[in-house]
Amino acid sequence: MTDTSARTAAAAPTGGSMLLTLMKLRTFIALIAVIVFFSIAAPNFLSTANLILMSKHVALNAFLAMGMTFVIITSGIDLSVGSIVGLCGMVAGYLVLNGIDLQIGYTVYFNVIEIILITLVVGVLIGAVNGILITKLNVAPFIATLGVLYVARGFALLSSGGSTFPNLAGKADLGNTGFGFLGAGRILNIPVSIWILIVVALGAAYLARYTPLGRHIFAVGGNERAARISGVRVDMVKMFVYMFSGFCAAIVGLIISSELMASHPATGESFELNAIAAAVLGGTSMSGGRGTIGGTIIGAFVIGILSDGLVMMGVSSFWQMVIKGLVIIVAVVVDQAQRRLQSRVTLIQMAKIG
Amino acid sequence: MTAETTDDVILRLQDVTKVYAGTVAVKRANFEVRRGAVNVLVGENGAGKSTLMKIIAGVERPTQGKILLDGKEVSFDSSGDAVARGIGMVFQELNLFSNLSVAENIFATREITSGLWKIDHKEQVRRAGEFLDRLEAGIRPDMMVEDLRIGQQQLVEIAKAVSLDARILIMDEPTSALSATEVEILFRVIEDLKARGVAIVYISHRLEELIRIGDTITVLRDGQITGHEGVKNIDTQWIVRQMIGSDAKDFAKPDGHQPGAEVFRAEEISLPRETGGLSVDHVSLSLKAGEILGVYGLMGAGRSELFDCIMGRHSQSTGRIFISGEEVHERDTTRRIRRGLALIPEDRQREGLVSILSVASNLTMASLSRIANFFHISSKAEKQAVEQMVAELAIKVADPAQEVSSLSGGNQQKVVIGKALLTQPKVLLMDEPSRGIDVGAKADVFRTMRKLARDGLGILFATSDLDEVMALSDRIAVMSNGKLTGMFDRAEATEAAIVAASALGHGKASRMAGATTND
Repeated sequence: MTDTSARTAAAAPTGGSMLLTLMKLRTFIALIAVIVFFSIAAPNFLSTANLILMSKHVALNAFLAMGMTFVIITSGIDLSVGSIVGLCGMVAGYLVLNGIDLQIGYTVYFNVIEIILITLVVGVLIGAVNGILITKLNVAPFIATLGVLYVARGFALLSSGGSTFPNLAGKADLGNTGFGFLGAGRILNIPVSIWILIVVALGAAYLARYTPLGRHIFAVGGNERAARISGVRVDMVKMFVYMFSGFCAAIVGLIISSELMASHPATGESFELNAIAAAVLGGTSMSGGRGTIGGTIIGAFVIGILSDGLVMMGVSSFWQMVIKGLVIIVAVVVDQAQRRLQSRVTLIQMAKIG
Repeated sequence: MTAETTDDVILRLQDVTKVYAGTVAVKRANFEVRRGAVNVLVGENGAGKSTLMKIIAGVERPTQGKILLDGKEVSFDSSGDAVARGIGMVFQELNLFSNLSVAENIFATREITSGLWKIDHKEQVRRAGEFLDRLEAGIRPDMMVEDLRIGQQQLVEIAKAVSLDARILIMDEPTSALSATEVEILFRVIEDLKARGVAIVYISHRLEELIRIGDTITVLRDGQITGHEGVKNIDTQWIVRQMIGSDAKDFAKPDGHQPGAEVFRAEEISLPRETGGLSVDHVSLSLKAGEILGVYGLMGAGRSELFDCIMGRHSQSTGRIFISGEEVHERDTTRRIRRGLALIPEDRQREGLVSILSVASNLTMASLSRIANFFHISSKAEKQAVEQMVAELAIKVADPAQEVSSLSGGNQQKVVIGKALLTQPKVLLMDEPSRGIDVGAKADVFRTMRKLARDGLGILFATSDLDEVMALSDRIAVMSNGKLTGMFDRAEATEAAIVAASALGHGKASRMAGATTND
């Protein structure tokens, strides 16, 4: 015990800090590693068409992972995002096809912008339900969002009796055409969904860094009691993170429906797990208080590139799952090792001074 | 002075150091435990006694140093390891499973089994009954622990430790929750154990108790051992001298400024206790701008609870508070902070700091809406606020982006104070502001309190340290059992009067008073 401590202390200024820096950059190193590996192993990997396609895949998970990051930073979890994706897709599809029947002989059809806004509001409201369950009714986040997972999926299936809403092109005479722009449109030759991702990610990163609300999210996750005594409105902060997570899930629901020009009620099943994986891979701590939007985006890219690259190499999807799982486990193990090393270095230094 | 017959020593700590994030709890301590004797350990709050005992009991591992048992170096990986080597401990905070019965608690982790795995409940109840009978406390082994009074729970904890047949038995403040008769029973048990050659390590604050049952005494101050003697050779004076040290605490001198108008008033604050009764019982007090009002009281007197009520942390509290004559109707902490109240909580780690965030984030956490322009936090304004506090409070930190847990305890406390000051409070509530920080930092904190008072802040501070309350306060309020039992001006306050007021309504009143008036 004493000997090892002494050695670590001696090694700390040189080897220790090098190792620490490497560990801190691990997700970034992993990203570079997968890119380098697949550009050698998979032909066409670096072609523009493939990169854009992959980015579109990654974007879907990245949206969910950003929402999840804030939730996890407050020491919560949101299992309902996959179902919200499905339900919001169905809401959008239903509105395009059927509008809302006012029961007095009139049916209101909305234009695409209105449909998008309504769908986003639905996502935020489901997030608010999560938030109320957790803050006001004191249900554990895991249970609350698990319940909402089932309820939202059930409503998605009920909305169409389990079938798909096909052909969402809309009708010119109803003024609701153009829904496909979200999923298929391009601006400056870059897919619209990527632009949306950039905007939301920059917004989320700004929120985390430069607004009181963002700081409060970290404070709540780091020490809820201390945050409360410092005057942080803990319940409001929690409401916000679940609502934001619902908002991100609604975006994903819209994009997927728009890409396919159809809404399927089972869309988004198990998406929540990929989102959690990306957040954790990006350095978000499940015990709360730590995490960054940038890290999460990189984490989403590592997972996305890994699965697309393996597909391109023709690796069986069964092996893909094994590999993905191992990557996540290794990431967390390295994360823990880094924490331990760091705290030991600090403690030993303090023992020396004190 | 003490007989250095080494074969008597069963356990020896050599140059043991223990560092927690933020504090050095024990510094190069050497400590010997003799068999067949009561080895007493005393020291002020936060001196490191409990940490030292946890190291012996295998609960904590020393950061540096050696543990020698029977002359051989050992290292305990867990308390189970220590128990296996014959070391038992009665913890200060109760370590019982309240959802299990007394017998199940006593035999937890070493259940008596019949056959392969089946727990023999009958045998456990019978054997537990034997230990409990020796304690004569009327506790039946099949009672649930949650149904027992705190004092009885303490006795169960003691029975559990005795049942270990330990060679070394550590008792950390075993009498703190016991009635006078229960204490007598405990002392008889201790005599009995001593006669059987058990080494007892005994920690307590009650000096006359120590003199009565102790054989050797070791004094700990700020994590260092400052004295070791046979009890025969010493008196309470000696203990107090070793505990407090010749370098008497550096209290900032009063500067003679006159307090201004009333800035805060509390009327009839009450808080119901979960187990019935009131933990804060109709307390009213008022505070002037620039005045330091010390709230003195023993553990459990209701000081912290009073502060919590004032801050709006308990929705079930009643009573009214006024700031600068205006009633505060807001009931939540957030808005009370905006009205000019701020609390420095007693438990820095659990309630004061977010230890994984940086010094800067911690400092500005409570005042972000002040620093932010609408919703944007300008880095410049934030940096300015942080730098101002670091300079004003002399916080020793290389870079404010450092994690706050890397600071020493004293500097962490200054960060908590800085956080409160950045909200620009009119009234500052400080709960044990000097707990667990070193002498230098204490002096800094006291100086800061004086300076803030001079700047017109009203300060309400709670402490269980008599010297502190006498030296720092303009007025002294004394609480006991949730009630305000005394209010003294500095000029008229005497230690004896304060101690007497703090003991009103307590069973152990006379003994406490006796101990303190001896010196």
